Amino acid sequence: MFSAFDNFPALLIWLPLLGGILSFFMKQEGSARLTALISSILSLGVVVASFVLSDEKYMMLNQVSYVWLPGLRSSFGLVLDGLTKIVCLLTAVIFPIVLLVTKKDQYKNSNSFYGLLMLTQCGLMGVFMATDALVFYFFWELALIPVYFLSSIWGGEKRIKATFKFFIYTFIGSLFLLIGILYMYLATPDTSFGLVSFYNLQLSSVEQHWLFFLFFIAFAIKMPIFPLHTWQPEAYEQAPTTVTMIMSGVMVKMGLFGLIRWLLPLFPLAVKDFNTGIIIVIVIGMVYASLVAIYQDNLKKLIAYSSIAHIGLMAAGVFTLKDVAMQGAVLQMFNHGINIVALWIAAELIERQTGITKISDLGGIAQKAPLLSIFFVVAAMANIALPLTNAFVGEFMIFNGLYQFNPWIAAIAGLSIILSAVYTLNMIKNVFYGETVAATTGFCDIGKSHVFVFCAITILIFVAGIYPTPVFKMIHETTGIVLNRYSAL
Amino acid sequence: MNAIILSAIWGVLMMYTGFVTKNKNTSTLVAIVGVILLLVASWLEYIGISFFSIDTKGMLQYSNFGLVFNMVILLSTLVYFLLSGTDIAKFGKSASDLYALIFFVLTGISIIAGFKSLLMLFIGIEIISIPLYVLAGSEKGNLRSNEAALKYLLMGAFSTGLMLMGIAFLYGDSGTFYLDGINIGLIGMSPMLASGMVLLMASMSFKVSAAPFHFWTPDVYDGTPTVFTSFMATIVKSAGFFAFFKLFENAFGKMQGDWELLIAVIAVLTLIIGNVTAVFQLSIKRMLSYSSIAQAGFMLLGIFAMNYYAKQGLILYFATYTFATLGIFAVLAKFKDHSIEAFNGFAKKHPTVALSMLICILSLAGIPLTGGFFAKYYMLLGVIKHGGFLWLAILAILCAAVSVLYYFRVIQAIYFKESVRDEEVQFSKPFEYIMIINALLIIALGVHPDWLLSFLNM
Repeated sequence: MFSAFDNFPALLIWLPLLGGILSFFMKQEGSARLTALISSILSLGVVVASFVLSDEKYMMLNQVSYVWLPGLRSSFGLVLDGLTKIVCLLTAVIFPIVLLVTKKDQYKNSNSFYGLLMLTQCGLMGVFMATDALVFYFFWELALIPVYFLSSIWGGEKRIKATFKFFIYTFIGSLFLLIGILYMYLATPDTSFGLVSFYNLQLSSVEQHWLFFLFFIAFAIKMPIFPLHTWQPEAYEQAPTTVTMIMSGVMVKMGLFGLIRWLLPLFPLAVKDFNTGIIIVIVIGMVYASLVAIYQDNLKKLIAYSSIAHIGLMAAGVFTLKDVAMQGAVLQMFNHGINIVALWIAAELIERQTGITKISDLGGIAQKAPLLSIFFVVAAMANIALPLTNAFVGEFMIFNGLYQFNPWIAAIAGLSIILSAVYTLNMIKNVFYGETVAATTGFCDIGKSHVFVFCAITILIFVAGIYPTPVFKMIHETTGIVLNRYSAL
Repeated sequence: MNAIILSAIWGVLMMYTGFVTKNKNTSTLVAIVGVILLLVASWLEYIGISFFSIDTKGMLQYSNFGLVFNMVILLSTLVYFLLSGTDIAKFGKSASDLYALIFFVLTGISIIAGFKSLLMLFIGIEIISIPLYVLAGSEKGNLRSNEAALKYLLMGAFSTGLMLMGIAFLYGDSGTFYLDGINIGLIGMSPMLASGMVLLMASMSFKVSAAPFHFWTPDVYDGTPTVFTSFMATIVKSAGFFAFFKLFENAFGKMQGDWELLIAVIAVLTLIIGNVTAVFQLSIKRMLSYSSIAQAGFMLLGIFAMNYYAKQGLILYFATYTFATLGIFAVLAKFKDHSIEAFNGFAKKHPTVALSMLICILSLAGIPLTGGFFAKYYMLLGVIKHGGFLWLAILAILCAAVSVLYYFRVIQAIYFKESVRDEEVQFSKPFEYIMIINALLIIALGVHPDWLLSFLNM
């Protein structure tokens, strides 16, 4: 049994799982948070180790495969390759951050809260590392269920309805995914769920068209892509902010990840046929989401809509099938996760102190909380992809690819960047500058743990903005394989 | 064979227990011991040790599939007795006569597990049905229970009539009652054969409450005392499905192409009617009746597909659906008020029972890591493997998504809502433990279904 712990991917499953189960049984609520924090930091350590020990000699450490269901030829296969490492790093970074900014007494029955949170991490890690379609599907659902309970128990007033909508949407999507996986499974010559068998499968173009949509709907709902996005703003608003950070920082990346790992390599013929149409829809959705964000007076909803626009850009980049855009999208998956979590932390601090999320009721926070304002402005600038910040590199690369794909589409997509500057700057102006209003007169600046977290985020923003080169080789490891499947067509 | 004779003997024994002792706990204990013995006996038969050797002229033959089915049924009955024993004992002067009836039902199910002849099918189904009519009316003072019993009797008699008619037609066409004989003799679809088959299909659909023959189900399930509803909706329904599957596999297997579309239509109707109607129910008991119709729709997919995956799926379905439904009904039987609101805030008062019940509900909804996922999964695998009917799988999936709407309403009540009224429900410690064990069984089947399915391959 202990051999199950001796590789990195297995550890990334076990650590959060054990941390989660332990948190459930903790008597004191403080120790539950500590358990969760320790297990999440250990996971971060494991991911960092997998970055360092990644050459040939340690190859074995980065993949694992156990026999699970011999009758179905499904094995519990996990791997840490270039793409996976980036998203696992994102997951491993976000969770300690989120735990650090959560106050000790913020949630009632917090041992269950942290337990469920850790199970979510376990599910996310599994989704990213799975090399077996059935295992992938299992973790895909496993990541959803705890989030459903977290949001429904600890969320806002309209939590039950909003969260249920979110659940139904994603559940329908994943059921379609299941049908697709089963079809592929029965079509493989050796009836296996393995990624390699799936890759080797030769499907007719009609089959690919069918399967493409079965898979794509699941991923599109998760990201979410216009017009399947309607669950998102409400769910983000009603979920407890801690969970919103996880959802917008990491969970939406599951969809993008699914595109690169599963959809694109499996159905090249269908992707070739549909990608222009899909990019057009996505770009329309980006502009639409940005316009809605401009007219949004609710801080949380504004961030949610801005997230739809940014995720859309990444998805469009992936569908261009240009190496540069795909690399940019993967890089941007990481960066967007960091940036948006910073925005949520600030939004949560403001809501906690004033009880207000309406932008027009806020103002002048910069006078009372200069530190918070500085950090927030940095994160906001990164979010609108100013040069030197992390998002600039990623979005620049995506636009590069989009331009090669079609200059007109790139131009319209560019609109959303301009619009994003409009709503972000407007929001900063209204919330942080101007005269203080009644609600913000007693506003206090952030405490030590928040300063620490924001500093870490700021460093990440600038490091990734100035020197992103090392990760490109890693990303190319995966995108190269994906695009190879198109070179023959 | 072990199980048939022993369960009949034990049924008689149970009746006499009522003369010896009036203590209801003793009767429950004797019943539990009886089921354990039956389980051991059928296990022994599975590994090749048979107590009785009776020449049935090939009318009864036990395959692995039948024996595993029988063991699953007996295990479910054990869980049922353990969970609901005290509630069964509430009815009647002495509980032992009710237990005796249940043992007679088990005799019928054991015959069903091995029938190779239409006669045995008929006898088995009747032995199952007649005690159930009594159980449905066991709450003598309650008019609704009486109504349920009468309705069930009338409908049951009607469907039995159909079945006899069908058997007669088949005999007229092929000259034999043996399933294999009928199958071998199949060359083309004669009018007599077709009408016999359709009549059998209709009467089996009655028994498993498949649409459009489902109308009796909600009323009967609702009127019957909750403990017996749970028995009827799970164990008896599984037996009906087993008979359905076996009949069509062995007698009409060669002509699958001729009847599969008909079964597909029945399955689609059942899925849609069951799921959509369940969404609008306010009482959990009624919702569960419709959900049992909906789940029947999924099990019909197994009969439609009729391949090895379907066989595995049916066994898993019997086990997981039964465990989950028994768990929910066992909790429900403790409540006087069966509306969904009655469960508001349940998790705060009884966290352990609530958690076990949650797992049962998730399993019914087919969420991964619970057995219900793999049950549905194998059914879909069977349908897709069958080929050409991808739309059926997609439709089933959509219905599974609809089912989340009503199952999760119960979860929302249990976990997310505050209680409005105080109906004090007490659970004993043993009850809680058995609920937990039941939930663990469901999870075990969800993590590693091969534990159960490997029995089929031996």
